[in-house]
Amino acid sequence: MLVFEKTSLAKEIEQLIEKYGNSRSVLLSILQEIQSKHRYISDYAQQEIARHLKIQPVEVYSVISFYAFLNSEPKGRNIVRICKTISCDMKNKMSIVKAIERELGIKMGETTSDNKFTIEYTNCLGLCDEGPAMAINERVFTKLTPQTAVQHIHKVVG
Amino acid sequence: MENKKNGRAPISQKPHRIEKPEHPEYIGGSVKIQINEKEVTVPLGTTILEACKQNNVHIPTLCHHEDLCIAGVCRVCVVEIENARTLQASCAFPITAPIKIKTATPKVRKARKHIIDLLLSEHYGECYSCFRNNNCELQSLAKEYGVDHYNFGHIEKPRYKIDNSSYSVVRDMDKCILCKRCVRTCIDLQEVGVLEAIGRGDATHIGTFFDKQLSDVICINCGQCINRCPTGALRANDPRDEIWKAIDDPNKHVIIQTAPSPRAAIGEEFGLEAGHSMTGELNTALRRIGFDKVFDTNFTADLTIMEEGTELILRLYNALVNGVDANKVPQFTSCSPGWVKYLEHFYPEYIDNLSTAKSPQQMFGAVIKTFYAQEAKINPADIVTVAVMPCSAKKFECNRPEMVDSGFKDVDFGLTTRELAQMIKETGIFLPELPKSSFDDPFGEASGAGVIFGATGGVMEAALRTVIELVTGKKVENLFENANITPLRGFEGIRYVELNIEEVGEVPEMYKKYFSNWEWLKGATLKVAVAHGTANAKKVMEDIKAGGKFSECHFIEFMGCPGGCIGGGGQPIPTNAEIRAKRAEAIYKEDEGMPIRKSHENPHISYIYEKFLPEGPCGHKSHKLLHTTYTKRGEYIA
Amino acid sequence: MKKDKLRNGKVLFSDYSLGEGVRKALTLSRDDILFEVKDSKLKGRGGAGFPVSTKWMLGAAAIAERKYIICNADEGEPGTFKDRVLLVEYPELVFEGMIIAGYAIGAKYGIVYLRGEYEYIRKSLEDYLNLMRNENLLGKNILGKEGFDFDIKIHLGSSAYVCGEETALIESLEGNRGEARNRPPYPVNTGFMGMPTSVNNVETLSCIPHIILKGGDWYRNLGTDKSTGTKLFSVSGDCERPDVYEWEWGITINEILEKVGAKNTKAVQVGGASGICVPKSQFDRKISYEDIPTGGSIIIFDENRDMLKVLKNFMEFFVEESCGQCTPCRIGNVKLLEGVKMIENEQYTFAYLDKLKDLAKTMQIASKCGLGQSSPNSFISILENFKNEIFYHENGVENGK
Repeated sequence: MLVFEKTSLAKEIEQLIEKYGNSRSVLLSILQEIQSKHRYISDYAQQEIARHLKIQPVEVYSVISFYAFLNSEPKGRNIVRICKTISCDMKNKMSIVKAIERELGIKMGETTSDNKFTIEYTNCLGLCDEGPAMAINERVFTKLTPQTAVQHIHKVVG
Repeated sequence: MENKKNGRAPISQKPHRIEKPEHPEYIGGSVKIQINEKEVTVPLGTTILEACKQNNVHIPTLCHHEDLCIAGVCRVCVVEIENARTLQASCAFPITAPIKIKTATPKVRKARKHIIDLLLSEHYGECYSCFRNNNCELQSLAKEYGVDHYNFGHIEKPRYKIDNSSYSVVRDMDKCILCKRCVRTCIDLQEVGVLEAIGRGDATHIGTFFDKQLSDVICINCGQCINRCPTGALRANDPRDEIWKAIDDPNKHVIIQTAPSPRAAIGEEFGLEAGHSMTGELNTALRRIGFDKVFDTNFTADLTIMEEGTELILRLYNALVNGVDANKVPQFTSCSPGWVKYLEHFYPEYIDNLSTAKSPQQMFGAVIKTFYAQEAKINPADIVTVAVMPCSAKKFECNRPEMVDSGFKDVDFGLTTRELAQMIKETGIFLPELPKSSFDDPFGEASGAGVIFGATGGVMEAALRTVIELVTGKKVENLFENANITPLRGFEGIRYVELNIEEVGEVPEMYKKYFSNWEWLKGATLKVAVAHGTANAKKVMEDIKAGGKFSECHFIEFMGCPGGCIGGGGQPIPTNAEIRAKRAEAIYKEDEGMPIRKSHENPHISYIYEKFLPEGPCGHKSHKLLHTTYTKRGEYIA
Repeated sequence: MKKDKLRNGKVLFSDYSLGEGVRKALTLSRDDILFEVKDSKLKGRGGAGFPVSTKWMLGAAAIAERKYIICNADEGEPGTFKDRVLLVEYPELVFEGMIIAGYAIGAKYGIVYLRGEYEYIRKSLEDYLNLMRNENLLGKNILGKEGFDFDIKIHLGSSAYVCGEETALIESLEGNRGEARNRPPYPVNTGFMGMPTSVNNVETLSCIPHIILKGGDWYRNLGTDKSTGTKLFSVSGDCERPDVYEWEWGITINEILEKVGAKNTKAVQVGGASGICVPKSQFDRKISYEDIPTGGSIIIFDENRDMLKVLKNFMEFFVEESCGQCTPCRIGNVKLLEGVKMIENEQYTFAYLDKLKDLAKTMQIASKCGLGQSSPNSFISILENFKNEIFYHENGVENGK
């Protein structure tokens, strides 16, 4: 990580600490903000957060590794999550998965070479009545067909 | 545990918030329960496990450890409570109502067996190729529950790479059963915080920050996790093979030094109760193994007292009289390498407070490869020095790059009590049956002051025995009966003692070049403190940072491990408060039996200063050979 | 996202206007409210079915400087989405339920633990809270009631099914891994930050305003003797009208299938992955605490579904979603999944499967929290109820091949 990136990250974390406070109970909120902005929480960020909250970096790492929506390794700028739980599975989620894999030229769990998309499975999104469902970042898309799924992905800017 | 009240463990792992009544006899202070149909009364808030133990009902445990906070995760201690839908973990269940407990119903027995079967199914490796063979809690449980085959299969390939990057601690996560004792030890007991559970579900494992190897994180090498691991997942980095190689090489002159704590504990490895000192027997065993010389680390413990004590006096003189380097007071002891690395990581700004005197182990290495080599006319290149220590951090210490002041690696290998016991067994010796013998010359005699280094408070007591006499010119026995400075003893996490220097004596010859009289200390109050375990060290350091009473201390003894060296990370497994207390007792007993009990009275110490270090303690040559420097490591993990 | 209210139901999906419940509640004493809730015999709607009044009374009796009301909106059970509908379409019920709970228990702080997957709802909820603050339904001296202060904040999860377990949820709120705590102590006396905390499901809280308005007595007369009132059902799978429905407790599976337009149904999974799988022969059974209790997930399988594949999906879910701290759940679920794969590959013996069923029973009683205790349910019920299909290939089903 470059020095100026570190400086700006450190500043960002300081601002978050100002916003939320520095008790351990704000850890998830801070991690979520860093995650949603950077799509991952770097080792430097984790150590800075630990320092502010007066906990050890391994505790931050441990918490991140526990939650499916937080990650320590870089991912694409946009994360596509396809629900694999039973009701979506029954609505033929595999056809959606295959269509997206073909369209982006990567397999589940991978990131496109331009770093735009990471595609992965997720457990139940709570949209079982409207399956098959997927989420692109925070937004959800329901009643997908292979075609609409791919269209949604192509509409993503950035 | 002696001192835990507000550790860093998550609430889920803290003891229940039921306040135990002051007197169980008061109304509502106790509760009548049934254990296996027998009626008993226990104080409110007692856990089922404690209640059963008090009533001689055995319950198997794995994740439970007396020194640690509660986890309740292995589930092997489950029991049945009448009218409860599910079984309850007895270690984590505080009794608050008149419950009826059954500890061996068919459901309970089956559940325990299932849990052991499940753990074994993911426990890679075979018992006969494990260093914990015959001293493994999982193995004992398997035997206790009659496991004769793998009910749910057995993992065939390793899942993790063994991490032997550290000089001190080796992690083999394929043997880990996720009891989290190491996590609780590291984060809560020691408040270091290197290990945590990583991942979720089936992928859960114990790891470090970003799963880095141990040498790359802020591990202080205390090895307390090893002592509490129920299986072979954690062990010390074992140098036995290389030591054997040196012994078998006729061109090598192999010297071993033994510290007092291993001597007080090694009997446990041979089935003896804790609390038997085996110094004499061990000397014989070491010669039979093939070591060329057997020396007593206490000799350099005495030397450490001379150097460190002098350093203290000089620091005080500088600060109080010359008004310079006041920030170097209080002086911190530096003989515990776990504590030293802790300070380097967590309080690097206090590095100047550490005594620059090397630890006894390292002083000995430097002395052997210079003074001894010269006296015995042996090429130091052919000398191999081994140190038997109760400690895993000593392995790291002897490998610190700066520890080469003799022109060679001062100490070649650090060997733990456990590993030495293994070498003795390999030689075919049953230690307790051996005749006793003494240490080799020229370092034969050591004082009792060196012996007590092993227990928390011991270094301070040893130092004070010398400093008091040097300053007041009076016998320490006048102040403390039998020279036992008892206020410094015990297992209270942090101890603080004040001593008034009412009279002063004559300045000893060796200090005359610094000052001519002690008047500057007359009427002063010497403030000293003792802390053991890095969690307590942290409390003291935070107090110093905040300008509290410890910042006004003159001298503070810090030990990395709970109980001091006798509770070190290289000592026999298991450990608990009772065992540590017995080892300490053995050490104090050995001290009382010594003809010389003060470092400055040791004639061999006078001899070495006369012959080898003529400028006296803290002189030029001392500084070169017997003192060291430290590194500001900080907390950042690259 | 907010839809027109086209839903119909006797309690939750009935007419309601913002503030009604709180307004009425504030005319009552705390004891009156606790009495009404007790009288209604309302039980927790998350799945465990603990009597709400008991929890609240313990909470009210606890003496502490702070108390918390937590709304458990970490709905993660496969096939469950009723809380989503309540949060999107009936947020006033959820929030007012919390306010009334705060009033009854003496708590000033409300927290909604919203599952990470529902982040898209957060904005509308925050807006709604602001609206309520403007109406003085939140804040200080609520609706002029001197000394009654209450406010709600929303805390987002980051995707972990186990955080639906109340003590894991609290751990998560405190910034830890979502690992269930040892109990006792129960959250109601040692909860969030060590303070008395009442954790209630979204649906449970949503019932409260209606109960306060119309009386516990009225509510109790709905449903059955031990299962009073109505229940929201999240219906998905093979049917024409998957959706959330409100029906009285005691409804039979057959009636449900009829209402949602399910044809050629072979099996119904009641209670999600941690529930049980009911075969056709038992479709006359009633959904109630007396017969089949549930948190409301109904997944319908028609004749063409392969039940072993269904089971495999469930077990894969638990292997990933177990928090990993206790032995029976962490390793037990792996073993059960291995068993399913053995059947799939025809590499099983009945003797070994019997061992696994035995293990499943241990998991039900020896696991640390509800996740591990309920994760073997579908393993047991599917292998038992569909053994003809799975082991004898009745109807030509080939176990996922």
